[in-house]
Parts: sequence; C-alpha cells; structure tokens
Amino acid sequence: MSRRKINLKDFMMKLGPLMALFFLCAILTAVTSGRFLTYINLMNIFKQTSVNCLIASGMLVVLITAGIDLSVGSNCVLAACVVGVLVQNFGVKNPLVLIIAALVTGLLAGVANGLLLTRLNLPHPFISTLGMKNITLGLALLITSATPVGFFNTGIDPVLYLGSATIAGFPISFIVVVILFSGFHIFLNKTALGRQIYCVGGNPEAARLSGIRSKNVLTFVYGLSGFMCGIAAIVLIGRVSTANATAGTTFDTDAIAACIIGGASFNGGKGTIWGTLIGALIMGTIRNGLNLLGAQNDIQYIVIGAVIVLAVFIDVSRGRMEAKARRLAAM
Amino acid sequence: MSEYVVELRNITKRFPGVIALKNMSLAIKPGEIHGLVGENGAGKSTLIKVLTGVHLADEGEILAGGQKVVFHNPVDARSAGIACVYQELNIVKLLSITDNIFMGRSVKKRSGLLDYEAMHKQAHDAMLSLGHDIDPAQECGKLGMGLQQMVEIGKAVSLDARLIIMDEPTSSLGEKEVEQLFKSIRALKEKGVAVLFVSHKLEELFEICDRVTVMRDGEHIITRDIGELDNDKLIEAMVGRTLDNLYPKECTSRGDVYLEVRNLNSAGLLHDISFSAYGGEILGVAGLVGSGRTETFRAIFGADPYDSGEVLVKGKKVVIKSPTDAIRHKIAFLTEDRKNQGLILSQSVKTNLILSNIGEFCSGPFLNDKKIEELGEKNVKALRIKTPSIDEIAGQLSGGNQQKVVIGKWMNSDAEVFIFDEPTRGIDVGAKIEVYHVMNNLVKEGKCVIMISSELPEILGMSDRVLVMRSGRMMAEIEKNSGYFNQEGIMKAAWGGTIPCLVEK
Repeated sequence: MSRRKINLKDFMMKLGPLMALFFLCAILTAVTSGRFLTYINLMNIFKQTSVNCLIASGMLVVLITAGIDLSVGSNCVLAACVVGVLVQNFGVKNPLVLIIAALVTGLLAGVANGLLLTRLNLPHPFISTLGMKNITLGLALLITSATPVGFFNTGIDPVLYLGSATIAGFPISFIVVVILFSGFHIFLNKTALGRQIYCVGGNPEAARLSGIRSKNVLTFVYGLSGFMCGIAAIVLIGRVSTANATAGTTFDTDAIAACIIGGASFNGGKGTIWGTLIGALIMGTIRNGLNLLGAQNDIQYIVIGAVIVLAVFIDVSRGRMEAKARRLAAM
Repeated sequence: MSEYVVELRNITKRFPGVIALKNMSLAIKPGEIHGLVGENGAGKSTLIKVLTGVHLADEGEILAGGQKVVFHNPVDARSAGIACVYQELNIVKLLSITDNIFMGRSVKKRSGLLDYEAMHKQAHDAMLSLGHDIDPAQECGKLGMGLQQMVEIGKAVSLDARLIIMDEPTSSLGEKEVEQLFKSIRALKEKGVAVLFVSHKLEELFEICDRVTVMRDGEHIITRDIGELDNDKLIEAMVGRTLDNLYPKECTSRGDVYLEVRNLNSAGLLHDISFSAYGGEILGVAGLVGSGRTETFRAIFGADPYDSGEVLVKGKKVVIKSPTDAIRHKIAFLTEDRKNQGLILSQSVKTNLILSNIGEFCSGPFLNDKKIEELGEKNVKALRIKTPSIDEIAGQLSGGNQQKVVIGKWMNSDAEVFIFDEPTRGIDVGAKIEVYHVMNNLVKEGKCVIMISSELPEILGMSDRVLVMRSGRMMAEIEKNSGYFNQEGIMKAAWGGTIPCLVEK
C-alpha cells in the first residue's frame, strides 16, 4: 500500500515539468492564432532542440555527481571545427573518419576534465571545466584561424545527414535523441555503473568507503559528457552546415538550464533523463513561441532566465512542503 | 553579589530517546579553576551547551552572579559573562589577531572607518593579560596552535567574561604550549576570572584545578577540592557503574589468526601499532576519543594513507591502498559516522545494501533486479530492518535501522573481518542488542569481529580480548581471563596509568 503511494508521488513529481510543457503549448496555441500548432513548426522545435538535448544528457550525468561541466559548449564547437579543418585543409571526405574524429575530440576533452579533477585534486569541477572551456575554445579558434568553415558542396553529405535529414518531416536528429535517451535511462537505472554514479553524487566518501572507485567513476562521467558533445557536434554541423568556433557560447548554460528545469539539482544525486528531455523541450518551445510572437533575442533571454528561476523555486518549495508533511506525519 | 559566578541548579535536558542531563548541579566560584571530567558520553558537552545557551534546559535553573537567568541563545550567555573556547578553534586564519578578537563588534571612528589604533591597543592589552606580548596586527594563521587558542581566550577576555569554559583545550597542543596555556589560565585566575576546565587528562587536572566535578550518565557524582582526590578516586567516580544484562555474549572458541598488523606508523597519529585478530573472537578496542582507534583501522582499511607498517591477512602480506583493495581481502569497515560515511542517504535501502559488492548483482552490465530484491527482502527479514519497503530512501529510516542497513551491506560483501567502529552509538537499547546478536552470529561462523567502542560496559560485555590505545599507541592487551579485564584496568591503561600486561614489543 505504502509502496504504491510512493510511486504515485514519484510519478507526479516526474509529471510536473511535462504538465508545464503542455500548459506552455496550450498558451502558445491560443496566443499565436494557430501558427504554433502546426506540424512543420513542431518539427522545427524538435530540430532546434536536438543539440541542446544531446549536450544536456551528458551534463545531467555530471550534475548527478554534484559536479558541473562548463566546457561543453567549447568542446562541442572544437569537435565541429576539427571536422571542418579535416575537410577544408586535409581534404578528408570519408564520413566514418570525420565522425570518429568528432567523437574522439569530444571524448578527449571530457576525459581531460575528469583527470584534471580527480588526479590533480582540483577543488571543484568548476575550475577544471572552466579551464578546459577556455582551452578548447582557444584551440577551435586557432585551428580554424577564427574563420567559420562552410560545408556546402564539400561532398560530405553523409556526415551532415544526421543533423539535416528528416523522415516525413520528422528530424532524424530527434529520433537519435530519443534512442540515446532511452539508452541513458537504462544506463542510469539498470546498470551497476549507473547506480554508482548516483551513489558517488549522493555521498562520495561513503561510496569510496564502500569500495566504489569514486575517482574512476568521476573520470568516466566527464568523459561521457565530452563524448556527448562530440555527437552534438555532428548534429550541429548537419543543421547549420558550418563549423563556427564562436557558435557555442550559450550551449553550456542552455544544457544546465534544461537539466535544472527537468528536476536535476546542483547538490547531486537527483535528476532523470526524461526530465532533462522535457526541460530542453520547454526551453526550445519558449524560444520558438517568442520567435513566432516576434520577440527578439533580448526578450527571449529574459524569459528563459525567469523560467529557470521559477522552475527551481517550484522545486525547492515542493521539497520544503514534503519535508513539512513528513514532520507532521511523524508527530 | 553571590558566592558563585555561575550556578546550575538541578538541570535536566532530554533528547529524543535519551536523558543527557539528569538533575545536574554545578557551582563555580569567582577566580576558581574548576575541572570537569567524565567518560565519553557522560554529558559534559551537553552541559557546556546549556551553559552557553546552545541548548535550553528542560528543567532546572541557571544563576549568574546570584541572578536567575535564562539563556535562549549564545548571545544571552555571552552578555551574562560566559564565554567558551571550543576544541575546534573558531579563528579566521587569514585575519589578524585584532580582527579576530573584535569580530562582529568592531570599533569605528566618527568617519565610519575602523579605528585600528584603538582596537590594536585593546587586543594587545588582552593578549598581554594572558602573558603574551605580541603584535596584534599579525595574521592568525601564522601563529602556532597554542597561540591561536590564546587569541580565542583573548577574545573572551576582551569581552569581560567572568567564566571561560575551555573544552579539551590541550588536546591539540604540544607540551610547551600547554605550559603557556596554564600560565595564562593562572593569569586569568589572578584577575578573578573563573575557568571551567574540561579535560580527559587527569594529570592536568591535578596540576591546574582548584576543584573538580565528576559526571557520569548525565548526573553529578562528586565535587571535591583537588587535594582530597587522587587518580584512583577520580577513575572510580567516573566509572562506578554496574553491568546489567544488556550484553548477550555467547562463548566461541578462538580460531586462526586472520588479520595481523605489524609496526603501523603514521606521522603524528599512530606509533608502532602491532596486534593480531583471530577468527571466532570479538576483539574490543578501547581508548579515549582521539586516542587513534579509528585512525588505526581507517589506515588498515585503506581509507587513509600511512607511512610504514605491514598488514597480513591469513599470514600473507597484503598491500591495501584503497577500500576497494580491503574489500577484495574480505575486510569490512563499519564507520562510526554512518550518516556521512556509511550510507548514501539519498538512495534506496536496496541500493545501499548492494553497494560494496555491486558486481555480484549484475548480469553482464545490467543490474539483476530480481536478485537484488530477493537479497534486500532477505536482509530486511534477517536483520529485522524496519522499513516500509526496500525502495524506501535510506535517510528516512531511524538511526538503528540505518545502522542495520550498513551491517547488511557488509554482510553481503562476503567479508571475513568485520571492523565495527562505535556500532551502537546513538541507537536505542533494543537495536543495540540486535547488533550484538549479529556480532555473535558472525563469530559463530568463525569470522573475525573487531569492535571499537567508547562504551566500556559494551567492550567488557561483548569482547573476548581488549586492546587499549592512548595517544596513537597500543597501551595494553587484556585477555578476558586476566585480572585487568574490568573497567578499572581498561581505564587505567587508557588514562595513562600503568598496568603490568602491556603489549610486548
């Protein structure tokens, strides 16, 4: 009996962001006189959200360990620029080589983050990833000579396919997101390593004293975040057909915001991959809706900022109310 | 003006499940150095907290200078002239002596800027009254521990405190610094300031105190002039407790040596620790808080590094550099602080139960939910863990049930050596007895149990053999059939007396 109650509560908690998304869609449908609720527009949202979703999935795993990865945006553009340079300066056309190059670049940057944190014992991942953010951005500018690389008619269409192709209007990139997110769900909930990640996030010292190699787990987590940036880079170059070192300035904060709106916490141990998906969709929908309403970038930033604060405020209030209910029940 | 600077009358303080202070009375005269002693858990800390306004007493009254007072918070206590120098210093190391002494009440010029001239002078005066002529503009972090403590005392002096409580003030000081401290305490006495001196070191009480109060189980036992007391009388007053039937000890026969430690050293912490632990016995480890018991076993378990020494498991030398290594050698360590080191409070009971042996519950990379649930249900039944379900978050369980989850975790790890660090701290009597039954069952299966405990009755009630530690050294090894297997024997070894059965080196 009590078990069912707990599950119902969990279910409601997971449902919170989803209901917010539906509510948001309902409002936008009403105020845009039908322009929002069209098949093409909805597909647009999915397409625009894919890159953020992919980066946010890695970010979520990092946040679960009570860490943060500020380097994701720069890592992603570096991976994209490496592909750009290989195509432009070295004439590489083999899609497999280019895709592997992007993935390896992201992975290496991520593993570097993890090693800096765990082997140099830097006090907080804020430091190691802030350092890497600047280093990878600098490298991206350096190798491209700060000039965007275009991919039109370079004969690498198979690489661009992931970010540009659609099936009956539905973007392939978002299908990839759904598949990968299902993988994340299984990974986080059904594998030993996934459990250990939550445990390291909940209490790294207790995890270490229970025989979990906390440092290795953390290195893996940052490596995973970097790897996801590599995948995001492939989707990104497909979507915009350029590799631009300065394109990733808002990627870090967008990814963090998606996780936080979706219920993750800076204190670690909390957050689900489906919450993150909905968080990313909420952000994408707000941007899209404001675009339809003719609002400029400036207004979009202000609204997104308010939504982040509001989402966390609701989350914190809910936690406080639950704690109070528990105290009352215990009396 | 009353005869006493501060007087506690019949103070009672209850916490859920325990009475920390029972009808406790204490009266301190002006200019007196009053010692306060008792075993770990006798209620000294609670008494200090009541005196400094951290806790509000449930019953009884406090008089300051003959006037009845109620301390709702530390500020009330401070304005009544009571200051406390805690064991952990509250010094901001990057600030100067003056800044620390005047923290929160800085003197300002009319322009609103800080009047450092006046503050430096007052700070210098305060330190001088303690016998230290030092430049108050110095950064505190560059001073030694002794002087840093002196700055804390200087803060109390500059607040015109009439009673300064010092909680274990010598625990982190060297011999010379202790001398300095005693000089300052005597200087305070000259000024008519009273000092409540809480210490575990009896010889210090005899050196510095005028009167001594002994507490036990939250109650006042005796208050005497120091001249009327000696070491034995103090220890007798501190212990004087009868063992009851709380300890369901079952007899087992000692098996083979399982864990052997030779000459373990860790600079400043552990000195030349050697001992053996056998299967089929409960080895008690006694000693005061800070005597190096936990540090010894954390080092053996690979949780902290150590400088030199050998660890042998079943006669074979092993290298243990991390808890993961220790678990591979079938050693389990149940930490003293289960909330911060034992459990992942935000995770479910079942996750916590499989934590130290997660690989065992996987099919390939995937967790075997069925196996985990079966095991969880089995553990909950066997250890009688009271939880709505195995999916409950561990942080929601009571202390005793949390401890059982930790025990379950280690039982699932196939360990053969179980190191229990304060296994019954903070759990109720019923749960305690169940923990003892678990230990009994482990030794009956031929496993090796090591129990670190500050509770002497528990050590005597459950152990087959007792090791006593003091100041990072192994002081004594007492067999159950020896004439020293009693509270006096252990206390003497722990408090610095000599007994003839010292460990052979």
